[in-house]
Amino acid sequence: MTDLLAPPLLALAGSPLLLGIVNKTKAAFAGRAGAPLLQPYYDLAKLLGKGAVYSRTTTWVFRAGPAVQLACALTAAAVVPLGGRPAALSFSGDFLLLAGLLAAMRFAGAAAALDAGSSFEAMGASRELQFAALAEPALLLSLAALARACGRLSLAGMFAAHPGGPAPVLAAAALFAVFLAENGRVPVDDPATHLELTMVHEVMVLDHCGPDLAFINYAAALRLWVLGALLLGPLLPRGTGPGTAAAALAGLAVLTGLVESATARLRLVRVPQLLVGAGTLAALAVMLARGGR
Amino acid sequence: MRNGEAVPLESVPLVPFDEFRGRVVARTAAGARLLALFAHAGRFHAVLGDEEAGTLEALRTEARGAYPALTPDCPQAHLFERELREQAGATPEGHPWLKPVRGPIRDFFRVEGDEVHEVAVGPIHAGVIEPGHFRFQCHGEDVLHLEIALGYQHRGAEEALTGGPGKRSIHHAETLCGDSSVAHATAWCQALEALGGTRAGARALALRGVALELERLANHAGDLGALAGDAGYLPTAAFCGRVRGDFLNATAALCGSRFGRGLVRPGGVRFDAGPELVADLLDRLARAGRDAAGAIGLLWDSNSVMARFEGTGVVSRADAAALGLVGPAARACGLERDARRDFPQGIYAYAQVPVSTAPTGDVLARAFVRWLEIQRSLVFAREQLESLPAGPARAPLGPLAPDRLVVSLVEGWRGEVCHVLLTGPDGRLARVKVVDPSFRNWSALALAMRGQPISDFPLCNKSFNLSYCGHDL
Repeated sequence: MTDLLAPPLLALAGSPLLLGIVNKTKAAFAGRAGAPLLQPYYDLAKLLGKGAVYSRTTTWVFRAGPAVQLACALTAAAVVPLGGRPAALSFSGDFLLLAGLLAAMRFAGAAAALDAGSSFEAMGASRELQFAALAEPALLLSLAALARACGRLSLAGMFAAHPGGPAPVLAAAALFAVFLAENGRVPVDDPATHLELTMVHEVMVLDHCGPDLAFINYAAALRLWVLGALLLGPLLPRGTGPGTAAAALAGLAVLTGLVESATARLRLVRVPQLLVGAGTLAALAVMLARGGR
Repeated sequence: MRNGEAVPLESVPLVPFDEFRGRVVARTAAGARLLALFAHAGRFHAVLGDEEAGTLEALRTEARGAYPALTPDCPQAHLFERELREQAGATPEGHPWLKPVRGPIRDFFRVEGDEVHEVAVGPIHAGVIEPGHFRFQCHGEDVLHLEIALGYQHRGAEEALTGGPGKRSIHHAETLCGDSSVAHATAWCQALEALGGTRAGARALALRGVALELERLANHAGDLGALAGDAGYLPTAAFCGRVRGDFLNATAALCGSRFGRGLVRPGGVRFDAGPELVADLLDRLARAGRDAAGAIGLLWDSNSVMARFEGTGVVSRADAAALGLVGPAARACGLERDARRDFPQGIYAYAQVPVSTAPTGDVLARAFVRWLEIQRSLVFAREQLESLPAGPARAPLGPLAPDRLVVSLVEGWRGEVCHVLLTGPDGRLARVKVVDPSFRNWSALALAMRGQPISDFPLCNKSFNLSYCGHDL
């Protein structure tokens, strides 16, 4: 039982820490002390203690958005295994459920943003969906490559199989681009910017506040964890426990911070090229994957 | 007439309107620049500058309630004529864009069509910046047209200066545009000294020059950091922020204010620099210069940053010349225009600063011109500090001569600051006309955004980094 519950519990407890690590890395790179590692938790606690304000132009779609996003992220955290342990929810074809959950989460966010009726948020939603339309094939093709290389249709099976060859490495590279894009990190999006006109993810949540914003931020942290675990899973050596896998996730957060520190953002019109490139890598991985087992 | 030279008002030609219009149009078509156009005491006044000859020319004509607009034949007059209508109620007939300059705009330009959408930003912004309203007409992510509505910072600065100079005048002058305090204070004092028949000593002029270059260094370094920040490039953003602070602190070491307030006074400077302070400033300049070179060098070596800067927000050389752009924005379009060289006054009459230009007119050019100017300002400031002339730092200002006109130009970090002062028969200031470089350059931002992705607006905006209060006065 503890084996089954450890991965989702670690995700629930540890995911905001990843954001703290990314921010701390960026601060260190820029020569600043930076916010405390636990700042994301303080922010969540602060937001949960606040009330919410709703515009009169919004409908139930706007109010449902944060809850649906959080529900999707929580379920996704239960689907993705951590290290060599099976996930709490594991079955053949579960990777399709994961992709569906991420899509539903995005849909809820975009619908809520459109419901607010602000041109900024609509612009952000439009960008988000445009990028997602290109990131999703990359995600699915990477997972298909892993499934083919491992000959398994469940995430737990893929993570346990450890197939050799170039396919898993190519898939991991493609997943890293998806990881950066889906989580709104540099070079696709800049979570630190205050300029609405350049934002993608951040601008979609401008009208949310209080507990709603806490839900959205927590869901985003969970998504960072889930996609990170998905990216690292096939790469970790056999028999890796949840603790080691969580440490590897922290390492991934440091890597993300380094990428953000060392590169500028892409021009928005160039982002599709990055994602199509990731999709191409994933397609190559599918072709190179030899049927496993 | 030269920069900073007072002439009797009677000597300014008073011509019929047709000749006035014809001469302004002909001179600007021949390459001269319209430095100011304003109304005073029932007359229109125009000031033209000839960069080749380094001379200025003023013209007057009897004001009219309505007159054929200059703008169709002289685009530089565009904002001046709108301002003229607002300030003097004179209607330029045939003006293509007759909207308020500082008052509320009610009839925003609209692009019609099912797929066109409008994005309105401001006047309250997400960052800690001044208020201004921006309307984008967009097709998808592409901007078809940007309209900029300013005036939220209008505080009657010209009116406050008129009737002076009084005790508060210098403080008003220093805060015409907060980040160009030294430039505006120098232009103001230069004009008063010409009217009062006072000559600031060589030492004072050198110290003003050092302060002006320190202001340039601080702002250019800050801008390059901010540009890096907008592109999401952390290292330069973080370190340039600190380097800007170093330059500001050097200014504070000179006069006690990071923004150079209280330094420049009519007749000279209020704070002299002793040998210890000079050594300290040289040391600060050397260290900050070294750090700036390291932090800014990263920008040019980073492909991801160059990919953002190159080809973004292009203003053509022809447009820049037609609009009469000034400062780094003009020099980035390949225009060799720098008041320090074209209309030298103060220390710049004795020591040259090479003009820095770049040919491409994009964000990269505007960034690169700043970097060239940083290097040249460092050299200039060091040379001045190493060879500070002896003598008093301040001379007394005599009473202002009556019925005079003086034009005072100073190349601030953002471009040419222009003050036109007219004294009345009683020796008081009857009219003060201030033209901040932002007033000339805001329309270039709108031009640079045509056909650009709207997500590049912050980067374009930062590459001009124009002042709202300098425009609104």
